[in-house]
Parts: sequence; structure tokens; C-alpha cells
Amino acid sequence: MFGAGGGTSSYTEVEETDVILLWGSNAREAHPIYFHHVLKGLDNGATMYAVDPRRTSSAKFADVWLGLNVGTDVAMANALGREIIAAGLENREFIAHSSQGFEAYKAHVEPYTLDYAEQITGVPAEAIREMAHAYATAETAQILWTLGITEHHNGVDNVKSLCNLALLTGHVGRWGSGLVPLRGQNNVQGGGDMGALPNKFPGFQDIGDPEAHAKFEAVYGMEINPNPGIHLTLMFEAMDEGKIKGAYIIGENPADSEADVDHARKLLSGLDILVVQDIFMTRTAELADVVLPSSVGWAECDGTVTSSERRVQRVRAAVPAPGECRHDHDIIGELARRLGVDWGNPTPEELWDELRGLSPLHQGMSWDRLEAEGGLQWPCPTIDHPGSPFLHGWLWEDDLGGRDPSPFSVTEHEGPKEQLTAEFPLRLTTGRALDSYNTGVQSGGFENPIRYGDALDINPVDAAELNIENGERVLVTSPRGSVEMDVRVQPDIPIGLTFTTFHFPDLVDINLITNDEWDRDSGTAEFKAASIRVEKLLGPRSEG
Amino acid sequence: MTILETKVALRINGEAVEVPAGTSIHKACESAGIDTPTLCWAENLTPVNVCRVCVVEVEGSRALVPSCARPAEEGMVVETDSERVRHSRKMVLEFLGSGVNLEQAPELHEWMQRYGAEPERYDQYEMPAVRMGDAPKIQDNLFIRDYDQCVLCYKCVSACGDDAQHSFAIAVSGRGFGARISTEYDTPLPDSACVYCGNCIGVCPTGAIQFKTEFDLRAADDWRPDDQDVTRTICSYCGVGCNLELHTQDEKIIKVTSPSDHSVTNGHLCIKGRFGWQYVQPDEPPLNA
Amino acid sequence: MADLYISEDTADAAEIAAVDAALGGRFVVLHESERLVRAGTAKRHGHRHLLLPALHALQNAKGWISPGGLNHVCEALQVPPAEAYGVATFYEMFRVEEPGHAGDVTHVCVDAACQIAGSAEKIAELKASGGNVHESPCLGQCEKAPAIFVQGVAGPDSVPADSEPLQFHQQGDSSLRLLKRIGVVDATSLDSYREQGGYEAMEAAVAMGAEAVCTAVADSGLSGRGGAAFPTGIKWRAVAAEQGRPKHVVANCDESEPGTFKDRFVMENDPFSLIEALTVAGFATGAENGWIYIRGEYPLATARLENAIAQCREAGLLGGNAAGSGHPFDIELRRGAGAYICGEETALFASLEGFRGEPRSKPPFPTTHGLFQEPTAINNPETLLNALDILLIGAEEYRSRGTERSPGTKLLCLSGQIAKPGVYEVEFGTTLDQVIDLAGGLTGNGELAAILMGGAAGSFVGPDALDMPLTLEDTRERETTLGSGVIMPFTTEIDMVDVLVRISAFFRNESCGQCVPCRVGTVRQNETMVQLQRTGSLTSERLALVDDIAQVMVDASICGLGHTAASAINSAIALGLVPGAARGSGES
Repeated sequence: MFGAGGGTSSYTEVEETDVILLWGSNAREAHPIYFHHVLKGLDNGATMYAVDPRRTSSAKFADVWLGLNVGTDVAMANALGREIIAAGLENREFIAHSSQGFEAYKAHVEPYTLDYAEQITGVPAEAIREMAHAYATAETAQILWTLGITEHHNGVDNVKSLCNLALLTGHVGRWGSGLVPLRGQNNVQGGGDMGALPNKFPGFQDIGDPEAHAKFEAVYGMEINPNPGIHLTLMFEAMDEGKIKGAYIIGENPADSEADVDHARKLLSGLDILVVQDIFMTRTAELADVVLPSSVGWAECDGTVTSSERRVQRVRAAVPAPGECRHDHDIIGELARRLGVDWGNPTPEELWDELRGLSPLHQGMSWDRLEAEGGLQWPCPTIDHPGSPFLHGWLWEDDLGGRDPSPFSVTEHEGPKEQLTAEFPLRLTTGRALDSYNTGVQSGGFENPIRYGDALDINPVDAAELNIENGERVLVTSPRGSVEMDVRVQPDIPIGLTFTTFHFPDLVDINLITNDEWDRDSGTAEFKAASIRVEKLLGPRSEG
Repeated sequence: MTILETKVALRINGEAVEVPAGTSIHKACESAGIDTPTLCWAENLTPVNVCRVCVVEVEGSRALVPSCARPAEEGMVVETDSERVRHSRKMVLEFLGSGVNLEQAPELHEWMQRYGAEPERYDQYEMPAVRMGDAPKIQDNLFIRDYDQCVLCYKCVSACGDDAQHSFAIAVSGRGFGARISTEYDTPLPDSACVYCGNCIGVCPTGAIQFKTEFDLRAADDWRPDDQDVTRTICSYCGVGCNLELHTQDEKIIKVTSPSDHSVTNGHLCIKGRFGWQYVQPDEPPLNA
Repeated sequence: MADLYISEDTADAAEIAAVDAALGGRFVVLHESERLVRAGTAKRHGHRHLLLPALHALQNAKGWISPGGLNHVCEALQVPPAEAYGVATFYEMFRVEEPGHAGDVTHVCVDAACQIAGSAEKIAELKASGGNVHESPCLGQCEKAPAIFVQGVAGPDSVPADSEPLQFHQQGDSSLRLLKRIGVVDATSLDSYREQGGYEAMEAAVAMGAEAVCTAVADSGLSGRGGAAFPTGIKWRAVAAEQGRPKHVVANCDESEPGTFKDRFVMENDPFSLIEALTVAGFATGAENGWIYIRGEYPLATARLENAIAQCREAGLLGGNAAGSGHPFDIELRRGAGAYICGEETALFASLEGFRGEPRSKPPFPTTHGLFQEPTAINNPETLLNALDILLIGAEEYRSRGTERSPGTKLLCLSGQIAKPGVYEVEFGTTLDQVIDLAGGLTGNGELAAILMGGAAGSFVGPDALDMPLTLEDTRERETTLGSGVIMPFTTEIDMVDVLVRISAFFRNESCGQCVPCRVGTVRQNETMVQLQRTGSLTSERLALVDDIAQVMVDASICGLGHTAASAINSAIALGLVPGAARGSGES
């Protein structure tokens, strides 16, 4: 967003903001401690609009819940933009000074009238109007989102359409106003920071930038391939086309987590060589030719991770790794040695200092400072820089900090790739539950009273139509396959929509049926929208 | 974001002290190097000033003043060690000691000694009334509640409620000496609104709410604080970056807390961060190459 | 709470109907359509004050608050069940366990005036005839001891004594100021009230303007009649000065101090005067919201006030242009549910807001952070009535009664061993023996032993105090108090230890339990009194303990309950009323 890969705001800002748009995020369960900050904001008088197909536990805290149809976020956002402009509530001074492409944006969103939006999203026009006015007229406002925005085939468009709203109203680059994508894992942000992106060096420096390229080659003491790599989803396509024959997978479980997972498993199995480095014997590890046991990053290793507020923080070893498990960087170093390059045995701090020398964003974050200051938020370019609570303050500077004005994006409503049909009449979307995490390899380790396993949430009306009762087992089928599941009849889920978590692939192999349509820019699959049918299972219950 | 700090000047035990406006008397005492005991105050909770251990004498105020909740004011004259203050602290500690099991609250024992509390002087004629005799509530494998050890400081209620978690699974019920921390109708915790964030454990000063791991180790007489380490790290369960304090004994994690002065968590965690660490040390490591 | 967890217990039709009637459709969550739901923190906070009325509705519907009924309330108001349960269990009038019996519950008072009038025998008698009897703290009918209050199930509450004709021993006395309409006015008729001069004070107020009203009240020297004697004019001016936030005036009608019944007497027999006085207070302070918080055991007063509010609303005396003042003002009435502590002003706010009636720390004070943390003037009904008189006759004329430092008249509640118990209005400065004479003198065969002044939170004085002028300054000088106007004589026939045991038990039961000094101190104090009763004497060690307990309650408790919980016992010991508990240096 606005030229940097991170959320714009500090968590504490939401405590002081006036209007919150919680969009496609069930932070109450997926990011519980971030939601504590939201709750402080609500107690301090903020008004919250929750935009989500489901009335989630987060949405129940909202002043207004707008239950849009799955995959209609662009239409909703564009309608907000249109209404803000139509009502003359856009921040003209900010637009003139800090943005470009407004006229094109304005023309583009013109057809997205409130009535049109109601037709597409299913949300009453009046509520959309109210949200538009509240957001535009607020002194400070934040848009928070997570995978409900990104896990679509047009996830990047979704994000852009939200960024447009901030640009339109000036709700960015100021304390209390901003755009806050919450990260799903403790180091998604850090992975990006460190250059684990197909086209970036560490510190979000372009791989194609000759200056950066020369800098990294000088420090690494070797030639670096100037061509961008490919992201995970394209890797699977390349496997399919026979262009990738071997894979080295570190700490990822695609044999459970990929959409249309059956296809992914076949591809992984067909590789000439698969090396998996993990702390668990995951389903992916089971497919591997070589398994490299590693240690638990946050409890058995020293290092850093970066959070959703761009805060770099230290992880530390508290307990020894079991057996012959080794730290990831040890294993990688050893692998390099076997391949003929000796990197020595750098300590985590030495590795970090190398990064600081290469990434201006991290330059000022000495190991000592990270220890003493409870982490630091990038950019932190110098040793006396306090770190950056929020980004893009330059948008408000007279000379824009020497940058170009920020462009509006043009995004078109497309809707989910997979249409509802007579054969597959129900929409399936997926998400997290409070006590569990991803494919459950970690959270599966502890039992607790609030766990209910993966179940299909369905509206009472749909359940009645299908003659299904709460707790009953059903067959769920998408164009890609079928799974058996228990049903939870929930009044909080709209008619026509179903929902499940994905934490127990051993019990419910839900990604057999999720949709692997994916976003061409981000590579993220459309986990949030598949078409299914639900059938009553007759006869004895089979073990799932 | 720049806040201009106004200062207020006051006298504590005859010494001049200057603190930012809005600072509590308690904090002002701390800055002057005066140790003021408190049970119900915590860095990460709104003061409820119910324990009254932290009371001080403020010139012009008829009753003693709870130092945790009262902001320091310009010209205030505070005494923290007067006869009246010492008497009140002694009596409050004595009252608690006369009716509650304080075995697992070593700090309280220190204070009781400091102020000369004699809880045994109430023992006469089948009296005093005590708040003891209930079996510990063990309703799941994550934590236990032993209300014989509860001093009713309200901290768990605040942490479960609007100071942090907003689950409100527990509240104070009943009245007077019969008041208890309870779910509705004393419903077992698994059937309540509890989401097992364990933030109540994090703030309990007496061990009335504790990890099941700690409870079991204590029961086995194997709880050894001197052999324990605390390591600060970051939770792995989402991208928020919660600070964890891993408490270890014999190279095993035995409980998890969070620093109350950190801006991300303010000392509070969710169920995954608090309890989701078992996979690090399963009975049999799944990948023991 | 927004993601509140509701168990599977459901309410039955009677419970749902009762709650929904109490809430009048004011639910937090509004399902506007299948895709649009409105709720939110602000709405949830804004509805919380309906919790107490909803709990009353449940209790009345079934005789207890069932899990299913509570769930229904919690969903409607989005209150977490644990919190609602915490609130329900705070109050004497609410049951959270299914009673083992059907039908009404008869509350019988066991506090001092009723104790010596034979409440124990009354209880035994009622129990023997199969009644559901509940031993109650003071029911505020001390002139009709032993007092009885019947809590209805699926029917109204009632007080048997209410069917008796009005007993007002001063009726016709031309010197009456506050009680002048009692027995003359029809308590159910606004017209009758107006015929008796009603709303002339409000007209005067509107004519002179809000600021002048505050000035007149300040000039009059009026101070609070609830016990603390804070200058009313200062309080009103402080609230009047607050701008930009909603403001409130509250009539504290939670009259629960043992021995006190003057406010009930006024509310039952001249209810419109309180409505008018509260309207004046709202006008003077610029508050739009008036509240009456009345104790739950006053069914007749409640009915009369509700009727008065309805008639005044109808007549435009409340509403958008209240009494032609050009200002909006209306009144909501709320019933307490049996908790002495709710007479403490901050506890009253908490209770009214739908929380446990636990007092809050002062400062901040109610004038800036009162009800809903908004500026609030809270006054006792008697105080408010004085304001009407001040507006009618002017501050100067008002000051011609009473003394320089205690101007005006005072309502006194005479009960105990007195021939004509009841409410009396006298000028400040009238002596104690004059008042006792006014009430027909002592009863019984003993000599005067002691007089309890100001209620359980007050103190005992001996016969040597009979010449004491009843003023704020004189009572203070003699280390006693007028408090809420209780004057309760005891003769030598009475075992004062029994009385002290009961007083200490009262505080033990009524402590809210929030702060340690009071929660435990009242229990330990009661234990020493029980020990005294059992053994007939206290060792010097135990006596020292009594002092230690008293000291910490006075010094370190949050509120006035703890501050005064040892007062009566201390005074009794000092007076030598307790054989075996005399201090070494005492006269006895």
C-alpha cells in the first residue's frame, strides 16, 4: 500500500480512533489481543461497522453489521467511494495534494450507486450510505481487514479498493487513521521484510533495482539471479507443467493447507525430490524424500519476528530442542556447506546485523535496542530513530517527502469465480476458531473446553429445508470433491451461506473441496468462496 | 502526539516530590523510593481501590486515602508511615489472614510481618467466620480455582471484563462477607462464557486461580520457584506479536504470562498463547530423529 | 456483552411477558434485516440501567430469578449473565434459587424498634401459621413496629399497615412548613395538590430564573437532610456550572437507615411535592433528567409517586417544556431491591445504572461524575422539600426559623419506647426533651437509659443529653448526630447488649463487601458483640480489639457505611451501657 508492504498503524491507535470499519476480519477469534485494542476503542466511544458475510463474534461488537454477499467487497467499497463523492464528503485538499487519478476513479465508481450496491451485496442501501458518511466525516478512522479481503481470486483488487477510500478521505498517514491488515502468522510480516517474496530483496528493495542488486551482490559475495522468482501458487502450476521437479519446503504444510488439496498432494508426490524441514511430521513431511527436523522458532531459538504493526521483536530459546532437531539457520548453513559454500556459524545477532547493513528500514534496530525497547517499528533508519508508529506521514508533507502523489486504483466488481448453481446452491466460506490455528499441527497439541472441531455452520432456514438438525452429519460436495462433516445450526449465518474452520484436516479434509482459483498478483487462493451442496447422510454414521 | 507534561509538587513523608500531573500517589511514592503494598492494584488494570492496603494519610482528608486511585495534587502533604496508616494496613492484612488461606501469597506474609498483623487474635469461641472450606474447582485441564485463597481483590473480574477480555465469565456475586467470585449460578467454567484466555490467572495475587500445571506440581510437592527461569519471547499463533514470558522448570514450560507493561498485550493473552505450548514438549516428541 | 454466552435455559411465557413489559421494547440488538443488525457498545451501555427493573419483573413473576429468565434479560439488554447474576445476588429482595414454597413472602423487620416491639414473637407466630417469613432489616415503618412487608408473587407487593388510617400527631399545627399538606391534601390528585399551593414554588422559580433559585437556596443556609449536611446551594451551583454533558437530579428515596421513615411519610401523603421539588432542582441546575430511586419495600409511596409523575406529565408539568419553564425535564422512578448501601449516593448511582450497589471512591464527586459519570445533584426528599419552602417565603424568612447555623425545620422520626411514635417537624434548636414530650413521653416502666440518635449509623446519648438543642452544631459538639432524624429512646427495661448485637449484625449483613476493612471488620465486630452476649463481658484485650476494628473501619473504608459502622457500639460502650464492657477510665 502506498509503496510499502505493511500495515500503516500502531495497535494503540485504534484505541483512540473515532470510526472503525472491520472488514472481512474476525479478529475477536483470529487476532484476540489486537481485538483488545479495538475493545478499548469501542469503550472510548468509537463507532464500529463490521462488513462480513457472517455475523461473527467480532461483528457482534459492532454498532452496525453489514452482511454482504461473499466476494462483493469491491462493489461495496466502490459504492462507499461513490456515495462519499456524491455527498461532497471527499477530502478535496488532500486529494489535490496527495493523490493522482481521482477523476478517473470518480468516473469509474459512478455506476456504483447505493441501489446497485444493495443489489450486488445484499446489504440495505441506507446502511451503506450511513457507513460512507460515518467514515468520511470522522475525525479519525481506520479500516481493519484480514483474510476475508485477501483470500479471494481478486484479493489484491479488494485491498486496493479499500486503499482508495483512505485516499479519498485522508484517513491515512495520521495518528488514529489508517489501514490495518492483520497478519495471520507471527512472522508473515517478517518474511516479507526479509525478502521472502519473489521479487524483493530484504527491506522491500526491488530485485530489479540495479543499485540494490549491486549492494546485495557485494555483501553476499556472489552473483544474484536478477530475475524475479515465483510465488507458491505459481510453483504448483510449474509443478503441474513439469517445470519444477524438486522442492525444499520449510515450515509450511501445503499438503493440508492448499485449496483443492487433493491436486496439490498429487503434485508434491510427483516431484523428483521433496525436502521438508519442519518441527512436525506433517502430511507434507510424510510425502518427502528427506525430512530435516528443526526446532521451534519461538521457544527453542533466538531470533526476531515482525508483527502486524511492523514491530520487530526478539524471540528467545527457553527450552532445548528435542533429539537431533536443529535451528533453521543451522540447517540451512549446513546445507550450504554440503553444497560447497561455508557461511561459518553466525549467531542470530550476527545474521541480524548483516540484515541491518542491507535494509535501511532496519538499520537503526540494534540487538540491544530490540532487547531494551520491547521491539521497534520499521522504518527505523538510524540508531537514534525512535521507530515509526505509523506510515505515510509524507502524504501530509508539503513536498510529499519528495515522492509522487499516491495513485487511486481502478477496481471492478467481479464476484466469486465459482457461481452458485442448482447443483451447488450454497456458498461455503472458511475461517478460524479462537482456540485453533491453521491446520492444527500446533494447536492440536492441547485440549480445551471451547474446542468443537470443524463443523459446517448453516442457517436454520437452510437446515430446515434440508431436513438437517444441529449435530447431524452431512455430506458436503463441491465441484472438486466431497467431505463428511457435522452440522452446527447457527442463526448468525445468513441464509444461503455456510461456514467452516479448517483446523482438523485429519477429521475433515475441507480443502478437498475449497476453490483453488487464485489471485494473479498475490497468488492467494479463493478460500473464501466455494459453491457446495449439502446432503443428509442416511444410514449409520461413518467415522470421519 | 506530543503531550506537554505538567508537573505537580507534593510532600511525601516530609520530602519534596515532583511527578507528572495525573500520577497516582502510589506511583509518586514509588518514584520517591517508598514501597507501598497493594493487593488489588495492577499496572494493567483500572484501580478499584478495594483492598485498602495502600492507604496513606493526606493532610486535610478525614479518612485515609487509597494511594493507587488518587492522583497526586499540587501541594498535597502525604504520610505513608504514620500511626494511622500502619494501623490500617496491619488491620487489613490481619483481616485477610483471619479468614483466607494465604499460603501461596508470600508477599502478603512479608507485609504482615512488616505491619505486625496478628490474624490469630480472632480465634475465639468457634469464631471467626472464614471464607474457607470449599474444594478447589477443577473443571478442565487448563486451570483451577481455589476460592479459599481468594482475597476478593476484583482483579480477575476486571481482567475477564472491561479492562481486557470483555468475556465477563466471572463477576462478584453475593454481598458482604458472603461475596464470591462466580459464574452465573456457579455454573462450571466450561459451560460459561469463559474462553480460557487465562488473564484471570495472570493477575491473581494469591494463587486462587492458577495453571493446572502449577497446581499439579504443587500437589506433588514439586513446585520449586528457585529452580525456575522466565524467558521472554513472541507467540507464534498469529501476527499480532504478543510477548510471552515462558516460565520453565527442569527445561519444561510450566506456565506462560505476559509483561503487563508491554504495549501489545498489556499483560493479556488468548487461549493459544496462554495454553497452546504443549506441542513444544509432548510426552513423545513427534519428530525425534 | 457482545459475544455473551447464553446457556440453554429458556424463560417461560410468564417471565418473558413480565420482562418485556418492564423493558417496553427497549432491546439492545436490533435485527433490521437478515443482512443488517444494529447493536454496539454505546447501545449496550445506554440500556444497562434497565437491568434492575427487569430483575424486579422476573422476581415478581415467579418468586425467584430463574436461569432461563435471567438469560432472557441478558439477551435483551446484552448484559453478561455472570454480571446480571452478580447484581441479582446483591439484593435482599431477589432470590436466585427456586423457593421451596409458593406464594408471597412476608418480610418482618428485626431491627431495633421492631426488635423491642416483639418482632421475634411476630415471626414465630407467622411461621406457625405457615407463612413464608423472611427476617428483614429495617422496613421504614418504625412507628408501626413490628413492621411487615409482603413481597408479592405474580401480584403486587403490599404493607398490611398501609390500610390503617393516617396517624399524624401534628395535624393542624399552623407552624408546619414541610408537612403542612399532610392529611389535608389528596395524595392521589394533582388538582388537590394545586389547591393546596402546589406548583406555586415552581412558578416562582421560573419567574426568578435558575441562577436566582440557586442563590436563594444558598442564601437560605439549607444543608442536606440525608445525614451528611452538605450545603445544598453549593451542590446545585456546582452542577449548574457544568456544561456540555447531560445532567441529572436524583431524589435519594432509598430511606433505609434503621429508625428512619420520614421520607416515606411524605412520599405517601404528599407525593406531588417531591415531583415539584425535583422539577425545581432540575430547573435550577439545568438538568433534563430527574430520577427517583426509592427503596423496594415502599409499595404505597411508589404507587403514589408513579401516579403523581403520570398526572404531572399529563398536565405538562413534566416533559418538553416542564411547568412552562422552557426547559425539558422528566422523571424516571426506580425501585431498589433491598440494600441499605444503596442509600450511599455513589452506590445508588451504581445500582441505578444496573450494577452492583457498590460505592465508588470520592473524588471525583457526583457534581462532576455522578450518575452515568455525568454531573448530578443528588438530594434527600426532605432537602428538596425545603427548597420549595425557600422559594415561597424567601431565604430571609426561611432563616427566621431554626438557628443561625441550622436554619429551618427538621423532620424527626420518633420510635422505640415512645408514646406517640411518628414523624414530627420541629424548628432546629428544639431540645431533645421537648421533642420527646411532643411525642407523648416514654413508654414502659423503666427509666430512660439511652437515646439512639441518627439511626444505626448514629450514636447513643444518655439522659444527660435531654437538654441538648437539636441542631447540627449542638449535636456535633456533643459528639453525636442528627443524621436522618432518628430519635429512638430505650429504657432500662431493655437489654442493650441485644440491641448492640442486632446493630452489629445489621452492618455485617449490609456491608457490600467491596472493601476489606468493612467486609471483614463488620463481621469481626459482630463476633465480639456475640461473644459479649454469650459471656456477659469483654476482656480488656477484646475491648482493645473492638477499638482496633472501629479505627480501621473509620479510617480505611471506602464509604460512610464502614465509617459509621462502629459508631453506635462505641458510643454505647463509652456511655457505660454495656456491663462488662466498661473502659478502665469510664465513669461507670
